[in-house]
Amino acid sequence: MSFRKWLLAAGTALALQMAVSPAGAVTLRYANQGDLKSLDPYTLNETTTNAHLGHVYEGLTSRGKDLAIGPGLAERWEIMDGAKKWRFHLRKGVKFHNGEDFTADDVIFSADRVRAQGSNFQTRVPKGAKFTKIDSHTIDVELESPNPILIAQWDTWYIVSKKWAEANNSAAPTPAAATTPSFIALNANGTGPFRIESHQPGVRTVFKANANWWGKKEHNLTEIIFTPIPNDATRVAALLSGEVDVIEPVPIQDIPRVNSSDKAKVLAGPELRTIFLGYDQIRDELLESNVKGKNPFKDVRVREAFNLAVDKETIKARVMRGLATPSPLMIAPELFPQAGFSSKFDPERAKKLLADAGYPNGFEVGMDCPNDRYVNDGQICQAVVGMLARIGVKVNLNAQPKAQYFAKVLKSGGYKTSFYLLGWTPGTFDSHNVLFDIHGCRADGSPRGESNLGGYCNKEVDALTDKILVESDTAKRNAMIKQAFEITTKEFAYVPLHQQALAWGVAKNVELNQRADNSVLLYWANKK
Amino acid sequence: MPSPTPEEVKGLVAGGQSGLIARLLDSDIYASFRSSWVTMIAAAIVLLCFIGAAFAPWIAPTDPFNPATVFLSDASIPPVWQQGGDPRFIIGTDDQGRDMYSAILYGLRVSLMVGGLGVLLAASIGITLGLLAGYMGGRVDAIIMRVADVQLTFPAILIALLIDGVAQGMFRGMSRETTAIPVLVISIGLSFWVQYARTIRGSTMVEKNKDYVAAARLVGLPTPIIMIRHVLPNVIGPVLVILTINLGLAIITEATLSFLGVGLPPTQPSLGTLISIGNKYLFSGDWWIVAFPGATLAILVLAVNLLGDWLRDALNPKLR
Amino acid sequence: MLAFVIRRILQSIAVMVSVALIAFIMFRFVGDPVNQMVGVDTPQAEVERLRASLGLNDPTLVQFGRFLWNALHFNFGVSYQFRLPVTQLLAERAPATLELAFTAALFALLVGVVMGVYCALRRDSWLARVFQAVSLIGVSLPTFLIGILLIYLFAVILGWLPSNGRGEVVKFGNWWTTGFLTLSGLKALVLPAITLGLFQMTLIMRLVRAEMMEVMRTDYIKFAKARGLRTRAIHFGHALKNTLIPVITIAGLQLGSIIAFAIITETVFNWPGMGLLFLKAVQNVDIPIMAAYLMLIGFLFVTINLLVDLAYGFVDPRLRVAMRT
Repeated sequence: MSFRKWLLAAGTALALQMAVSPAGAVTLRYANQGDLKSLDPYTLNETTTNAHLGHVYEGLTSRGKDLAIGPGLAERWEIMDGAKKWRFHLRKGVKFHNGEDFTADDVIFSADRVRAQGSNFQTRVPKGAKFTKIDSHTIDVELESPNPILIAQWDTWYIVSKKWAEANNSAAPTPAAATTPSFIALNANGTGPFRIESHQPGVRTVFKANANWWGKKEHNLTEIIFTPIPNDATRVAALLSGEVDVIEPVPIQDIPRVNSSDKAKVLAGPELRTIFLGYDQIRDELLESNVKGKNPFKDVRVREAFNLAVDKETIKARVMRGLATPSPLMIAPELFPQAGFSSKFDPERAKKLLADAGYPNGFEVGMDCPNDRYVNDGQICQAVVGMLARIGVKVNLNAQPKAQYFAKVLKSGGYKTSFYLLGWTPGTFDSHNVLFDIHGCRADGSPRGESNLGGYCNKEVDALTDKILVESDTAKRNAMIKQAFEITTKEFAYVPLHQQALAWGVAKNVELNQRADNSVLLYWANKK
Repeated sequence: MPSPTPEEVKGLVAGGQSGLIARLLDSDIYASFRSSWVTMIAAAIVLLCFIGAAFAPWIAPTDPFNPATVFLSDASIPPVWQQGGDPRFIIGTDDQGRDMYSAILYGLRVSLMVGGLGVLLAASIGITLGLLAGYMGGRVDAIIMRVADVQLTFPAILIALLIDGVAQGMFRGMSRETTAIPVLVISIGLSFWVQYARTIRGSTMVEKNKDYVAAARLVGLPTPIIMIRHVLPNVIGPVLVILTINLGLAIITEATLSFLGVGLPPTQPSLGTLISIGNKYLFSGDWWIVAFPGATLAILVLAVNLLGDWLRDALNPKLR
Repeated sequence: MLAFVIRRILQSIAVMVSVALIAFIMFRFVGDPVNQMVGVDTPQAEVERLRASLGLNDPTLVQFGRFLWNALHFNFGVSYQFRLPVTQLLAERAPATLELAFTAALFALLVGVVMGVYCALRRDSWLARVFQAVSLIGVSLPTFLIGILLIYLFAVILGWLPSNGRGEVVKFGNWWTTGFLTLSGLKALVLPAITLGLFQMTLIMRLVRAEMMEVMRTDYIKFAKARGLRTRAIHFGHALKNTLIPVITIAGLQLGSIIAFAIITETVFNWPGMGLLFLKAVQNVDIPIMAAYLMLIGFLFVTINLLVDLAYGFVDPRLRVAMRT
């Protein structure tokens, strides 16, 4: 190409670039620390991904600004036969982005698809649940056992178009490990308030407002441009220089700086995620410790000592810079009241307990900690190491990127940890999930206790948990939950630390609703 | 050619070992050192750093590697002269409440140790392989030099990054606290050996044809002895220069790896780790966490490089 | 001569195969890719099925054979993270890295030559000393520290230039994107290009200075002076021209390392190029990307070296002999 031709091409490109945004268009630019990797709504069950895709896809139910369950693609539903059978009345006149009508067939197809091999959302719909089409917009779901909280997570079980998926060879869910890129991982066709205009994984994704959306629009945007910016400092700088309008998260040390700027502010609030420490109490000998032949964490006095040694208030004040709620429970106060529970900080008593347990000089233990998953996770672990050093316990910290961390400590890695830090948000926003998933006794072939990395086990708690699932009387249910938590706190199953705060950076001309599960939902955003 | 008498051989062999120290203390070099005040300052700084690093446990007010003596409640205190400063911490504390001054001394210790050991490892690998290649020639030479060629294809930092990644992958699950230092030393050692090998090979090829080597061979000395006792002392001079220049590079490499998060963990910070920690607080106004370790690293590397430059010029008569 | 060329090419291929072998073996041992891909509640049987479907249970030699065969077809598989062909990912990121590398190289060459010439001609002026000092700092400071320093100065304190990203880009054709055509794109380029180019700049400056001083001492410049040519003509017409040939050769050889060193610069500035992709791949044990990147850089270096060798071989008959040994 000659230079002149090149110049001409460049000039045209520039002119085109300037011409693309018509007058009155409102573009919101949003940056998150994480990527949007696959557009298939069944590939990865993770808060940020679910929130992104929630702009495009919808579930039968929805959750409002206060997380209350409301109607979604299902207008209403009836619970019959003691919660063994549910009837859903689907919304009429809803269209997918490609113009197809939404019908009962799509729901039945999605129910099969979400439970198929390769889906990361298999637990959303019980394995034995039978879906029957009554008419084009009515569906019956029959369960093997009663389940009053069946729909608790259905707001993120997104409905996929049967015709579209089948026509594009995407009837099967894209597993996280797909070796060939699937159509549905790169394209989307939902019913939601936004549709995907273009998607470059790891670089940027452009959402356009869906003019034909069935619901009542609560935003004034025409376009959302999403970019992942993993680096904390650069993400903040992008917000302050006006390159982006919304960022999540704002690193807590940068909050004063963002607030003092004239361009942006920080929306901060409590998050429902509980950060806690866990210890291996199931092995007869710890994997990483100088204590041989026995497991110190099997002794409740050692576990109590660990609880007493950790100064949650100082962690809140120094590491979290005030943005955390120290917690005596393994669940956030918004989800279950903490009245009657408290935690103490008493290193002297901790030392004494250790001595009573036969460790007057403490012992050595390895600790696993992610350093890029939770707010200041690496620093929290480092602080814990210091606090435990003061009661004589020498902790060898292994702070690692989350990919390596999870590969080591989770079930798929064989629970290879002696002492660890983890965060947990109950997907159902309910205590049952906490009791079942991280307090339940582990057993092969059962999902119970799958994320109970330390292997805490108490049959009494398990029995209560099963009763809690089917109890529909709220007062009775809460009493049972409280009873279960009393047992687990008395046995020091974990060291709960705090609920971390969420912090979003928002340009001053943008109004946004902050939901406590840290889902950034821009269909509630208005930009002046 | 008449065969030399044993006495003559001894004389030749001894003459071959023209003293390295003597050459270093060559009055010419010493004079050039004295005449350059920049070099003298650089030498003083390097010396100071080495002393500070060696005696850190005695000089530093606190032990930043001992978590029991670090108090979180002291976190992020600014330097003494700023508002909110604390006389216990002259240049402030980091995000865990560690005294920055102590952390820098200990960090210096780690950085110099890793850099120094890495360079020594590189030199020993390089010298051994270079001697072998130069002295043996033939297939040994070809193989060693091909490997060197392949390795030279890549920048050292990329190789170090790869070796580090592989090593961390192999020691998966083990705490970085225990694996980091050996892994870094190996990464640096394996990334920097080529230069030594090439230099040594070149001069060995020249030396091995000299009379004293032939003589030593005639007396029946075993090859390893000839290589180590006779050839090595005559080819090792230039290695000193490379050693000094590489020390600066090795320190940078360690710092970069730690900065990228694949080096020393925050519980045992090197200068690079300290900078990486401080970088997080660059925008929040806690400038001292990054500024002091950064300045220390910069000054140290600069001084080492100045010293290396001077040494190279002083030993290279062509430039004088 | 033909034999020499063929031998050189064969050697290059051998080097590439060893690079491939190293890339493959090393990455085979870093982490377990399967754990990256499964969720918390994936059943163990599913994990095993995945391992098999990725061919991770085959003998290592079989896996290497497959790897080589695919590499020859530019097929490096699908990224574990993005589920996209690696070739496509690298191609998408390549413009960012190439534009950065090109700008950095240009900066290094222009500024380096000017500073070098000045230092050679005015050896003892104070400005020359300043340049010398700057060059020393340029080789001494780690790249990431220079980047942080520039960000602090120009983005945090002064607020003149952006601290990250490419700014607004314009799309050309199917996959090329350029930041050269927008103001924000050009502004975003300044700090990373300086950071990346500084080291090469000092190198070029030192080289130009040394070469120029050497050339100035040669007879032919003395003759030119004796002929009464104007100083300017001597300096720029004769001396500089003779200096530039080795300088450009070195600069060409350095282009490869600029692209490799972009890993650090891109990380500091969150520049969406291949280096950042590579570092993220290392963190996420994304074997296909790591392998492809290593092969790409290896290929780049081998090609540049081969071209330089061949060029010298044609130009210099003495080397032609030397290379045969």
